[in-house]
Amino acid sequence: MSLPLTAAEVLSREFLEIRAKILEVAAAFDRLERSTGDVSEDPRIARLHEALKVASEPTEDRAEQVQLVFSRPYDETWQRAMKVLPR
Amino acid sequence: MDYFDPHIHMVSRITDDYETLAKMGCVGLSEPAFWAGFDRGTVDGFRDYFRQLTEVEPKRAAQYGIQHYCWLCINAKEAENVNLSREVIAMIPEFLDKPNVLGIGEIGLNKNTRNESIIFLEHLDLAAKYDQQILIHTPHLEDKYQGTRMILDMLTGDSRLDRSRVLVDHVEEHTVRHVLEEGFWAGMTLYPVTKCTPQRACDIIEMYGPERLMVNSAGDWGPSKPTAVPDFILEMRRRRHSEATIRRIVYENPLTFFSQSQSFRFRSRETEEVASKLG
Ligand SMILES: [Zn+2]
Repeated sequence: MSLPLTAAEVLSREFLEIRAKILEVAAAFDRLERSTGDVSEDPRIARLHEALKVASEPTEDRAEQVQLVFSRPYDETWQRAMKVLPR
Repeated sequence: MDYFDPHIHMVSRITDDYETLAKMGCVGLSEPAFWAGFDRGTVDGFRDYFRQLTEVEPKRAAQYGIQHYCWLCINAKEAENVNLSREVIAMIPEFLDKPNVLGIGEIGLNKNTRNESIIFLEHLDLAAKYDQQILIHTPHLEDKYQGTRMILDMLTGDSRLDRSRVLVDHVEEHTVRHVLEEGFWAGMTLYPVTKCTPQRACDIIEMYGPERLMVNSAGDWGPSKPTAVPDFILEMRRRRHSEATIRRIVYENPLTFFSQSQSFRFRSRETEEVASKLG
């Protein structure tokens, strides 16, 4: 199933909204910079920067990749590790 | 447009919300059993909650012409207490014959622990024993991906299950594909901040198509919006998707899925009209 709108229509409709969201992100980083204390070593900061990078890469699944940046890893051997017997 | 909300916690909403939902086109809904905002201490606490779901809410909904269905279980958060969970699971069959009970749910994982997994599997035993449909809660935020994959491992490892009778809820961009590829139904929860927005739900529909996908509002104790499904309908219309596609996602898909429950006796507005004419 495709999106009935053209790229030009999506851009006209969403330009101001996207602009506003980017500004919010920029202002939030400024706020972190201005506030006292240092969180640069907090792993969440690295996640935020990584997500920003992923969001600006020219792929078709940016949203999925951003989600994975903020996800704990999955270990397919978890059932053995946790001793949970499958049915 | 008439729509069906497949996942909404009406016990946490006021009666005015039923009126608003009715005005927006909601003709039916299904309410999974969930966490009450605090851990309940006894099996009797759950027995009372199940009476609320099977006796009180259907009446409150019917005042506004909304058909109310529900699902029973002990949710993943309280499943950490294995002894209490087992008592609740043993008590659930008392309610399985109630006319609005669709199955077992919302079971799932919360922090992806061993205890949660054990109780999840014991709920699968209950569903298999009583031939019940299953509705599944997937964890939030950073736990969602790992938890969804763990849930899928447990589901696909169980040969007793009919995958077309299982709905995996709260899917997002990184989990929807896994759920659909394994043959399960998937629900997108439209929820501010922590889950999916109407816009992103439309994106996911455009990428995966309308097959086996539904949208719901959750409408629970948290900052949620019970009218999120109409927001989704509006966004789909603004993108010029056909009325037939929208109706399929918000009405026909839920009816197709829920019709597999023995107790689902949904009557559309059209059949109600015919029935009242025939007297
Ligand atoms: Zn829920």
